[in-house]
Amino acid sequence: MNDPIGNEMYSLHVNGQDRAVMDAWVGESLLYVLRERLGLPGAKGACEQGECGSCTVLMDGDAVCSCLVMAATAVGSEIVTVEGLVEQNPTMAVTAHAITSQVTDVQQAFITEGGVQCGFCTPGLIVAVHHLLDKNPDPTELEVKESISGNICRCTGYGRIFAAVEAVVQVRKANS
Amino acid sequence: MSATKQDVRSRDTLGASALRPDGVAKVTGAFSFSSDMWAENMLWGATLRSPHPYARIISIDTTPALLISGVSAVLTAQDVPGKATYGLISADQPVFASEYVRYMGEPVAIVAADHPETCRRALEAIIVNYEVLTPVVDPELAMLSSTELIHPDGNLIRHQHIVHGDPNAASDITVEGNYTIGMQDQAFLGLEAAMAFPDSGGNGVELHIATQWLHEDRGQIAACLALPEENVRLVLGGVGGAFGAREDISLQVHCCLLALRTGKPIKMQYSREESFFGHVHRHPAKIWMKHHATKDGKIVKIESRMVFDGGAYTSTSPAVLINGITHTQGPYQCDNAIVDGYAVRTNNPPCGAMRGFGVVQACFAHESQMDLLAAACGLSPVDVRLKNAMRTGDKLITGQTVESVAPVERCIRETDAIPMPEPMSQKANVLEFPGGSGRTADRHNIIRGVGWGVSIKNLMYSEGFDDYATARCTLSDGVASLKFATSEVGQGFVTLAPQIARSVLGIDEVVLETSDTQIGSAGSTSASRQTWMSGGAVDGACRLVRERLFEHVGKLHNIDPIRLMVENTDIIDTVGTFRISVSDATQGITISETFEHHHRKTEDLDENGQGNCHVAFAFVAHRAVVDVDVELGLVKVVQIATAQDVGRVLNPLSAIGQLEGGIAQGLGLAVMEEIIMDNGRVKNPSFTDYLLPTALDAPRVVAIMIEEPEPQAPLGAKGIGEPPCISVTPAIVAAIRSATGKALLRVPVRPQDICL
Repeated sequence: MNDPIGNEMYSLHVNGQDRAVMDAWVGESLLYVLRERLGLPGAKGACEQGECGSCTVLMDGDAVCSCLVMAATAVGSEIVTVEGLVEQNPTMAVTAHAITSQVTDVQQAFITEGGVQCGFCTPGLIVAVHHLLDKNPDPTELEVKESISGNICRCTGYGRIFAAVEAVVQVRKANS
Repeated sequence: MSATKQDVRSRDTLGASALRPDGVAKVTGAFSFSSDMWAENMLWGATLRSPHPYARIISIDTTPALLISGVSAVLTAQDVPGKATYGLISADQPVFASEYVRYMGEPVAIVAADHPETCRRALEAIIVNYEVLTPVVDPELAMLSSTELIHPDGNLIRHQHIVHGDPNAASDITVEGNYTIGMQDQAFLGLEAAMAFPDSGGNGVELHIATQWLHEDRGQIAACLALPEENVRLVLGGVGGAFGAREDISLQVHCCLLALRTGKPIKMQYSREESFFGHVHRHPAKIWMKHHATKDGKIVKIESRMVFDGGAYTSTSPAVLINGITHTQGPYQCDNAIVDGYAVRTNNPPCGAMRGFGVVQACFAHESQMDLLAAACGLSPVDVRLKNAMRTGDKLITGQTVESVAPVERCIRETDAIPMPEPMSQKANVLEFPGGSGRTADRHNIIRGVGWGVSIKNLMYSEGFDDYATARCTLSDGVASLKFATSEVGQGFVTLAPQIARSVLGIDEVVLETSDTQIGSAGSTSASRQTWMSGGAVDGACRLVRERLFEHVGKLHNIDPIRLMVENTDIIDTVGTFRISVSDATQGITISETFEHHHRKTEDLDENGQGNCHVAFAFVAHRAVVDVDVELGLVKVVQIATAQDVGRVLNPLSAIGQLEGGIAQGLGLAVMEEIIMDNGRVKNPSFTDYLLPTALDAPRVVAIMIEEPEPQAPLGAKGIGEPPCISVTPAIVAAIRSATGKALLRVPVRPQDICL
């Protein structure tokens, strides 16, 4: 084979750390590198076309579909995945019900409001909702719907997800 | 351990909105879906699929693929050591096509390689010579005796006739219609994925798989691998939704074959495009239905002919067909009927299970008919349904008596009492218009419509099948651990099972063991059956454990065990003062019991379609309010009001999630979702072209749960998964009809159906 797969080496800045990417093939997506090379399977692949939002991560503060980003082009960018949200939002970390793990207020609300069923869309939605509320702390119902309309959920019909976002908005308002 | 206990809210027993035990893992990305698995030295597997709907395979040359560096194996039909075919009802589907390919996307070969990209190149390098044949894609043509048989088992998968009462019964009024239901995809988010680990000697394999039924998969896999079942161990991988699409074998056998051939762990996962070819879909159907009624709107007789396109292989078509035709009457009284149903083989993609399982198709027809009947008799949609509403004790057209609680009238009346939404505000944002983010609708062309749908759905498997469930409960030191092979696909059985144990045993701490084949079958997570069946098994196992615990405590404290009961977290003497916490009573002892829950026996249908073929039924009513841009044919579903017969609410938070989620899928079938076929070819196998409801499409759902405990059900609760998605589809279409005056005889309703 003429173009052996492998040998590329570069470094990505993910969840506050420099991570070396070894023996990669240049054609790999950011989603593939996060999941298969850096041990961060939180972002999910479900459409490969940027339609479903399951692979949403933050890249320099923007919510992006990591399936559409070539990993090698993300060198130098700040990448935050669902696994890094607690560290990125330390003041929001709360102790989840009956569990000692740290989760963010958005993660907590998804659990307590019933926004999680199969959970495959959940990491992408959590990232998208953090992104929304960081930019717009008091969104209208329509703004919430529009901002997560790029994240497909097949289980919930979205009702409990709206409830989770609303719960976070109310708690943050009360605390501010 | 004490810290954990303190965090437990006031007793997450039955009836409480207990939270998912996998919730934290799922929100933090730590939950391991089957596609998240990784192993040292693993290889990737990939599948070569037919580009043709129907063709003869002349030759396959795998040599060029094997020459690619990094490729470890290329396998075809000749490499299957055991049974060459598999199938849920009839083993008529080949592991690999050998002589013929019968649908676009049928597997022809598989490869194992060191990287997904190497796999892709290897698949490209395999040379297959096809003689392309003309596909048989019309089920009506496929059934004709003059049509070529596209499979040795023939083109007619199943025909069933139903005749009930007086087929010549006369009436004042008739209404009839020809209805078409498009092919819907389950579109679970978590694509097909698995990892297989070969045993060191090559005589066995462990498969981690996202599936709906571990034991059924194991039987089919073991037969194809020519291994004893005990040498094939299945472990439930994290499942990202199912909705029926994981009932059939997809990559299970392929993944195991590659692991056994290479001696290495194999990871396989489908892409979205491949997933559209890799699992069965909802049957497209054509239904003619004719209602005969008195002039005041009472149904006298129903005639129907239903044709379900089963695609190339049988899958569950025979059962889907029976569900369709036995639900012809809907939730209404009907004394006389003549129905014929046909499930037909074509060169379209195989169709099988999807949420609603045949009843979705029948319901679109019977509910459209009810509105025609209402119009013909001058009744409102509500009144015609109330007039005919089924009650407990009524007979179905199969002769079966409906013994289930049947609060059809309550479902309709309580739905009707839900306030209508406000008219569209003058200040409404364009995003709230039909068409949403397309921002093309004109306010002046928007008309509001209201429509109704009511349905009946059978629960559990039918026609004599004993789909039992098994569970084991082990109680020790104040902790219960539960073991079952039940597939958690998102529905929340992992939340419910501990609630049951807490209620029965009076403990708070419940551990769930791995779901795998190291215990008896739980049956499939389908047919709205796991709360009833696996719930019944967990309940039964916990009750057996409690009985033994009472014996132990009674003996120790010299009390007749019959006097003991659980109150909150204590065991108390009902006629004395003795009291001990369950936690204290179980220190140092271990009690373990296994229980199989069986539902009552059902029967096959006879040649006239008569027989007690179903176990139980659930009912629901939906009222849809839509805004339609009649110029552009765009629809916005504004509100869905629903009252559902649930038996008993065991977890309110889980229950509302099932209702809202099902409604979204029914909305998808009504106005968005269709796999578009063109002469056997799938034209839209992607999320760009197959449209799914987004957050902006979600209607406001106002839901009422009607609690009339079902005496047959172990927990009093009926299955609630399927009903929400069934009658919401005809309700939405009826609402569009009321806004547009169009007949709209097919779903999904497309813009051109409205505006042209």
